Amino acid sequence: MATAPALPGGFELPLEPRLPRLGSVDAVALEERADVLSKRSIKRESKVFALELAIRMMDLTTLEGADTPGKVAALSSKGIRPDPTDPGIPSVAAICVYPNLVPYALERTRGTAVTVASVATAFPSGQSPLEVKLEETRWVVEAGAQEVDMVIDRGAFLSGRYAQVYDEIVRVKEICAGRARLKVILETGELGTYDNVRRASLLAIAGGADFIKTSTGKAATNATLPVALCMLEVIRDVHEETGRVVGMKVAGGIRQSKQAVQFLVQVHETLGLAWLTPDRYRIGASTLLNDVLMQLRKERTGHYQNPDYFTVD
Amino acid sequence: MKRLPVQKTYKLFIGGAFPRSESGRTLVAEGANVARASRKDLRDAVRIARQAGVGWAKATAYNRGQVLYRIAEMMETRRAELASVASSKAEVDRAIDRVVWYAGWADKIAQVVGTANPVAGPYFNFTVPEPTGVVGILAPEPPLLGLVSRLAPVIVGGNTAVVIASEAHPLVAIELAECLATADVPPGVVNILTGLRKELAPWLASHMDVSALDLTGGDGDAAELERLGAENVKRVVRGKADGQSPYDITAFLELKTVWHPIGM
Repeated sequence: MATAPALPGGFELPLEPRLPRLGSVDAVALEERADVLSKRSIKRESKVFALELAIRMMDLTTLEGADTPGKVAALSSKGIRPDPTDPGIPSVAAICVYPNLVPYALERTRGTAVTVASVATAFPSGQSPLEVKLEETRWVVEAGAQEVDMVIDRGAFLSGRYAQVYDEIVRVKEICAGRARLKVILETGELGTYDNVRRASLLAIAGGADFIKTSTGKAATNATLPVALCMLEVIRDVHEETGRVVGMKVAGGIRQSKQAVQFLVQVHETLGLAWLTPDRYRIGASTLLNDVLMQLRKERTGHYQNPDYFTVD
Repeated sequence: MKRLPVQKTYKLFIGGAFPRSESGRTLVAEGANVARASRKDLRDAVRIARQAGVGWAKATAYNRGQVLYRIAEMMETRRAELASVASSKAEVDRAIDRVVWYAGWADKIAQVVGTANPVAGPYFNFTVPEPTGVVGILAPEPPLLGLVSRLAPVIVGGNTAVVIASEAHPLVAIELAECLATADVPPGVVNILTGLRKELAPWLASHMDVSALDLTGGDGDAAELERLGAENVKRVVRGKADGQSPYDITAFLELKTVWHPIGM
């Protein structure tokens, strides 16, 4: 490993001797385990618990070229009170937007527990000069974003320049440290193998990530159950070895309550109850919220619901 | 060597496919194993019917008529199979004729019930019929003729249907589904569930995404089902099991009025 700058205390992992022999995630076992965990039968009480938890863990997201201040305002209001007819429904964890829209999200969420997350570092591709990425990060942190979702440079990662990927994470972390939570997006759909996912997860954690995150939601393949499990196992291994706590965020393609519950089952089975909190696990989604609300209302009223009775965005 | 015949398992008809019940349950009816649908099957069927409704409502009237006619063609070629599980050959023949009769209405109903209205202003004012949406049907007896009599007017108007087949005689409904599957009916436009009516009907009646109910086949529970349907103001119809009338089509149509300024 080349020129990684010194890390803030507590982030050291014995990375260098380890990276070359990280390989060999047992893909068959991993997929089988993820599959078995996805078939758990969840009874009504646990389901309601999981659905409410999913809302509390949700990063309600809009990352479209067509985003406007108005849409972000509406989304923020929805995040604060997801179901106006039922005050018992909790708020989401955060609103996740593009940098330009951070001020509007902040304005709407002021005085609530809902935080504002911004993507940065040339999301979603990460294919920009480092200076630009750092400047963007600085900008969103100064604008007041409490959480930063950065992307790793997959181009560098896939050509074996791990040190460059690592350096970038460290530099971004320096800007965020103490001011904003850093979530590092691995974009697992572009990494190709579970070995790479594991390697990238460790790189991100070593670089100082507070959360590691599966995907941008912009790639063809998004968060899948085996990939998420692979990342959770990295978090578990790091926790067992060093005691350091790293959070996990799944994002992209999670549209149905059932999927959300499957991801939560994985967390519970891999990391235990301690990770079933918005401080350690997040679900990035937009359309998922309505489906969860529909399921919760179905549990409340006993009738299957109609999406026409829920907001469009 | 004696040949071992292939036994048929009667499955559900959801989204153009023939799945078993997600619950894995079956029941014995008329001497055959029949899938016993769960409320989750019903939920899936409604979701699929809602999705299918977008395309079906937009299909041209001519196209819908052709599809219904094609259903009659398929039933005609399977007359023997249908008759073996229906009450009689005569029932099958009447059911086929009924489908053809409704097929003819596809491109006529709008002219008959649509209107150009006189208004006191510089406007063209039209009223045109539009489909209501997803219609839940409790199929009445006799099992084939009753089902066809209630189903054909629903789909010819551009609605989609979730049918709960006769509990005592479900086989012919699935036999009919095999005709539908080969008749170019878009997947999801007709979905047929077999099972215990008491388990399914309340969930269908209370489902917020079902727009109308045909309770012609309801017996003692019709009033309760109607009450459940009131939550989202479903249109509730109780017609004739052996009826044939354009008013059975309009029962599931909504009349929409358009004002268009003259000279613009």
